[in-house]
Amino acid sequence: MKSYVLALAIFAATISMTACGSSNEEAKASWGEAANKPAKPDPYAGLTAFEKEHGIGPVKEELKLEAINTTLVKKGEKAFETKCYACHRLDTKLVGPPLQDVLKIRKPEYVMNMMLNPEGMIKNHPDAKKLFAQFLIPMANQNLTMDECRAILEYLRHANENAKKPS
Amino acid sequence: MFQKPSARIVYASLVVLALAAVWIGCPAKKEATIGSGDAASKVFVPPGSYDEFYAFLSGGFSGQVSVYGLPSGRLFKTIPVFAVNPENGWGFNEETKGMLQTTDGFIPWDDSHHPELSMTDGTPDGRWLFINANNSPRIARIDLGTFRTEEIIEIPNSGGSHASPFTTINTEYVVSATRFSVPTPQADVAINSYKQNFKGAISFVKVDPKEGHMDLAFQILVPGFDYDLSHAGKGPSHGWFFFSTYNTEQAHTLLEVNASQNDKDFIMAVNWKKAEEYIKQGKAKPWASEYYINRYDDNKHTTISEKKKQVMMLDPKDCPDMLYLMPCPKSPHGADVDPSGEYIVGGGKLATVIPVFSFSKMIKAIEGKAFDGDRDGIPVLKYDAVLAGEVQEPGLGPLHTEFDGKGYAYTSHFVSSEVVKWKLGTWEVIDRMPTYYSIGHLMIPGGDSKQPWGKYVLAMNKITKDRYLPTGPELTQSAQLIDISGDKMRMLSDFPTIGEPHYAQGIAADLVRKHEVKIFDINKNEHKYATKSEKDAKVVREGKEVHVYMTASRSHFVPDNIEGVKVGDVVYFHMTNLEQDWDVPHGFAIKGNNNAELLIMPGETATVRWEPKTPGVYPMYCTDFCSALHQEMQGYVRVSAAGSNTALTFSTGK
Repeated sequence: MKSYVLALAIFAATISMTACGSSNEEAKASWGEAANKPAKPDPYAGLTAFEKEHGIGPVKEELKLEAINTTLVKKGEKAFETKCYACHRLDTKLVGPPLQDVLKIRKPEYVMNMMLNPEGMIKNHPDAKKLFAQFLIPMANQNLTMDECRAILEYLRHANENAKKPS
Repeated sequence: MFQKPSARIVYASLVVLALAAVWIGCPAKKEATIGSGDAASKVFVPPGSYDEFYAFLSGGFSGQVSVYGLPSGRLFKTIPVFAVNPENGWGFNEETKGMLQTTDGFIPWDDSHHPELSMTDGTPDGRWLFINANNSPRIARIDLGTFRTEEIIEIPNSGGSHASPFTTINTEYVVSATRFSVPTPQADVAINSYKQNFKGAISFVKVDPKEGHMDLAFQILVPGFDYDLSHAGKGPSHGWFFFSTYNTEQAHTLLEVNASQNDKDFIMAVNWKKAEEYIKQGKAKPWASEYYINRYDDNKHTTISEKKKQVMMLDPKDCPDMLYLMPCPKSPHGADVDPSGEYIVGGGKLATVIPVFSFSKMIKAIEGKAFDGDRDGIPVLKYDAVLAGEVQEPGLGPLHTEFDGKGYAYTSHFVSSEVVKWKLGTWEVIDRMPTYYSIGHLMIPGGDSKQPWGKYVLAMNKITKDRYLPTGPELTQSAQLIDISGDKMRMLSDFPTIGEPHYAQGIAADLVRKHEVKIFDINKNEHKYATKSEKDAKVVREGKEVHVYMTASRSHFVPDNIEGVKVGDVVYFHMTNLEQDWDVPHGFAIKGNNNAELLIMPGETATVRWEPKTPGVYPMYCTDFCSALHQEMQGYVRVSAAGSNTALTFSTGK
């Protein structure tokens, strides 16, 4: 597994130096070193306060989350294994970042919008752009239904709370 | 027996040939036909914009269907139908081999002739496209959501499905009439016993209105002529079918001469509503006849083949008032029904006029018994009693007619190499447009339906010669787009085509796009060997068979290292594409495989068979550029000698 990750990292580095040079510059311009260069415009300009925190996509209101629903967790786990597992693990970086702690960093609505609208997020949300610049593989749109997406969120909530993969 | 042709026929043939030579050999002055002024802007579709129409052209001897946009003439796709296609594994992978199964076994090629759109209320509805196989008689149904061939039905008791697959106004039936009459049922008889032993058959294939599934409802045993083309009635003539015939002389050799003796052949009118009544009355006899129905299941991602053993045959002798013959000059090709359903236009290849028959006069003639005797017990109607009018001096070699819905008809003329516009009702010639060279069929989008989109006519030419930069002896066939929105036709553009288009269908793009399928839902994937999560990927040995349950996603395979395969094994790679996004297929190939690649759409599973012959390590890779790290999407299979004890292992990332 280590060598796999290392290989990916090397490729990512190679590509960042070659093919994606210009997008890196763009990325720098939009979110890099903002603190040192006060003349730079606000990278979040154009986003609503909701979008800044909760992402851009079909989820447009804050969710009212209740206690974790274990039936929904099971459903989410199944969907995760079919549609996400090829790139994501909970505890380790693969093609994409590990997701164990994603809900400690991001709002649940943001996570759902990233799942449902990865192209739009990578194009328009500075935080998603930054992640893309790190991983260099754009997150695939797996055409999740809202129900599937909500179930995967429940699975991630469960994983976050338990800090280990449920089974 | 060689029949000596009459001097008159020889003379007429010579004149026709001489004229043909003049037209083919010496292109007319191009200035007259090059689209002037804004022709370029009329076919220009700006980058990122869409064409107004889909055009589906038959591939002829390519066996396939090509999909173009009009007015641009841009090629979007070649849909494999009756011929194998290594590009996407059609006919090579385990899932689609069965689509080409027939009672003669697996057939990797055929000759596809006439595409026909499914219809609702006499207008194309954009759901399915049917097309015939002319050599080994079959009809295919292409789904216009997936743009895939989803069903192929074999037509028994036929020698070539040519007058096919024309549909009724609500796609109740698609029909097939045999080009070659053959001993029916087949038998080992002398060829010169043709008149005694050879028969034709007209097949009515029922189409399920929801799923489109086809099955043979019944066949009609008809005289041993050649059946050429057809169209269903519509409006008042709904309930009838019209078939052109030639070789009513019933020659079996040198048809060029011997089937050109009679001044008139026939258009056969078939009252299929009557035929349905006879079926209900039990007049059909069961005939032992084997044929295959092969259906591709979009959830199982697999062909399900069924061999049928019997057809219901109607003999016209038991079924009065079902068939009538309208005399038609001479060796007619097209049998084309105008949008109103009143007129039936015969395209007599060797005729000097275009005869137009009247449906209402035909009904009156039948009621008044205006018969000129019969052929094999089928009443022959008096020509004058059924004729609406004749287009005089239309051109040479009239073949096929389509309609613009504004009262005009457009007829292709092979010998004089032109499209002739004429007026329904007055039968006067309005305009002519030379084509380059020797037009066969023509197509107006919806031009054989109740409501044509009368903006363009597409000429499909048989001879190309000097139209494009030369490519050696073998040339593309040329299509030409003509603007028919005004009083005079205007030539707009030329574009090359695939194979040899015999006919085409056109339809407003929106009607097709509303059925669009972008991906296959992986949750609905019921393939026997589907792997719906990388967690389930595995390699299983079953005796000499090795089944690899494999996944593909951007940009790796699971597993991508496999050991323990041995020489003598048969390896099946069952590849599931885990992607659920539009336009992210993955490909799969392994070195030295005597087989095609796989091209797997999102959510789909496909299987390629591999029989490694020598020990070693074999690279495999993704053939369809899928991501920035596509070139990294690769792996290895280790093959050991037969009898070795290398353990069966598999992994990715270890």
